Amino acid sequence: MVRLAVKRLVFGALILWAVSVVVFLATAALPGDTAQAILGREATPERLAALRLELHLDDPLVSQYFSWLGGLLTFDPGRSLVNGLPVAEFVGPRIVNSLVLMLTAAVVSTPLAMFLGTWSAVRRDRAADHVTAVVTLVLAALPEFVVGITLVIVFATGPLRLLPAVYVGTGQVTFVDLVLPALTLVLAVGPYIVRMMRATMIEVLESEYVQQARLKGLPERTVLLRHAVPNAVGPVAQVVALQLAWLAGGVVVVEFLFRYPGIGYALVDAVNNRDLPVVQALALLIAALYIVVNLLADLVSLVANPRVRTAIR
Amino acid sequence: MTAAVAPASLLRTAARTGRTRVGLVLVALVVLTALLGPLVAPHDPTDFVGVPFGRDSLFGADNLGRDVLSRFLHGGQLLLVLSIAATVVGVGVGTALGMVAGYRGGWRDELIMRIGDVVLAFPQVVLALLFVSIAGPKVWLLVTVVGLSHAPRVARIMRDATLMVVERDFVKAAEVTGTRRLRIMTGEILPNVTGPLMVELGLRLTYSIGLIAALSFLGLGLQPPTADWGLMINENRIALTVQPWAVVLPVVAIAVLTIGTNLVTDGLARASAGLGRGVER
Repeated sequence: MVRLAVKRLVFGALILWAVSVVVFLATAALPGDTAQAILGREATPERLAALRLELHLDDPLVSQYFSWLGGLLTFDPGRSLVNGLPVAEFVGPRIVNSLVLMLTAAVVSTPLAMFLGTWSAVRRDRAADHVTAVVTLVLAALPEFVVGITLVIVFATGPLRLLPAVYVGTGQVTFVDLVLPALTLVLAVGPYIVRMMRATMIEVLESEYVQQARLKGLPERTVLLRHAVPNAVGPVAQVVALQLAWLAGGVVVVEFLFRYPGIGYALVDAVNNRDLPVVQALALLIAALYIVVNLLADLVSLVANPRVRTAIR
Repeated sequence: MTAAVAPASLLRTAARTGRTRVGLVLVALVVLTALLGPLVAPHDPTDFVGVPFGRDSLFGADNLGRDVLSRFLHGGQLLLVLSIAATVVGVGVGTALGMVAGYRGGWRDELIMRIGDVVLAFPQVVLALLFVSIAGPKVWLLVTVVGLSHAPRVARIMRDATLMVVERDFVKAAEVTGTRRLRIMTGEILPNVTGPLMVELGLRLTYSIGLIAALSFLGLGLQPPTADWGLMINENRIALTVQPWAVVLPVVAIAVLTIGTNLVTDGLARASAGLGRGVER
């Protein structure tokens, strides 16, 4: 068990290293002049040379990579080319904001979606089940910015001006700023969890141990809460984890839409400004977050499910 | 389970359910709008016809004073073409790699799946942003990056589907008679994994549309002055209260399109799983 966990951790670290190579190659080694791309066509040869020197663009690729990696490992990934701030200082508060947003979405969506899935399974083939099925299918299809814009149209414009359409503050995030972005993310990840919970619960409800519990004459409520739901949680945990990991990327578009001051919005901004050090640091950070959540999910499902624990050596 | 079914017959089976039919109608509506729209648009998409956000015509003018209806009618074609191209690239590459990994196994399997794991460590939109950041938002790059970000996801599914087929007798028989491996993959295995393949095509098309539209919405996909639905939303959302049509029309079009493709995909998945007592009833 511990050996397996360690193995997963080592594998995660290896993937993270490979990710850093991809991030570096995508931004530094793609055909085209990086300095020219950053400064634009009108740049003078002197400024180009100065930037190449600052970013060590004339060094061999391998030594460029290692000096960049060294910077990351010492929490000093360089300075932003746009505002001159150290990347770490610029990114720090934004990470907190994004984590708050992701956690809010996760804490709201997971229990709600699991409840809806269970309810839908219990009401199998009745009207409520069909409605849930169609609604989740529709929501699962919609790109998150379409959901977000629709929420803005409904709640922030027109007769109902309940909530701000975009964030207008200066770094501090309050509850009202959080509502619409979090709701968008909840509607984006929820449907998959609902569908998986429903499918698993239907299987569980037809199983012999649930039948046995019913035959014993236990009240349906007890059968559901004590016998069925705990057995459905294991398989659903995987999907929940996958969805929560998705949030790491999902925040990008949603934060941009609501001008929410997190790492996603910062990434889009940096890409638009060709702010290379910030793009590299944020892309790596989001990928790292994604890997860590997946890893946690793996470990949780290892702990939660004895069958997995013994089956995979 | 997997059985040799022609894609057309799978679609026919799927189309027996009401939901799939609704999906097909929705897709057809948007595709027709995108294809025929440019022919019936009253103005050129880049013509200035009034003051910015003016309300002289049916749906008014956009942020630069161009006709909203005309831009809407012109704005779907490229999105459709790029999404389909990215889907074909992603599902094509993913299927080829997944079949090789499943059929050949060994180091090829290991190599393909581990490289896939690295790509899977990036959220799709972040991968796209990363490649666009220095090379710039070029159309071929968008198609390639979106397509390749699908590939490992498709490969996983197709590898599993292949593994179930390779154990069957007809594959063994073909091997014994000395049929070439490529021939076995295209002639024996591929026809038996069309079910999951069709489902993947639908699923990846839905995601491609969302991703490419989202990139344009971020200002990092199709570039001005192109008429494009994602870009229109980006350009006009500041005036949502004054001129909602410039945002509402493209939002509705993208929503209807993706809902349609997802309903069809759901139908295909049910048809391919057999409508019997499945988990996904």
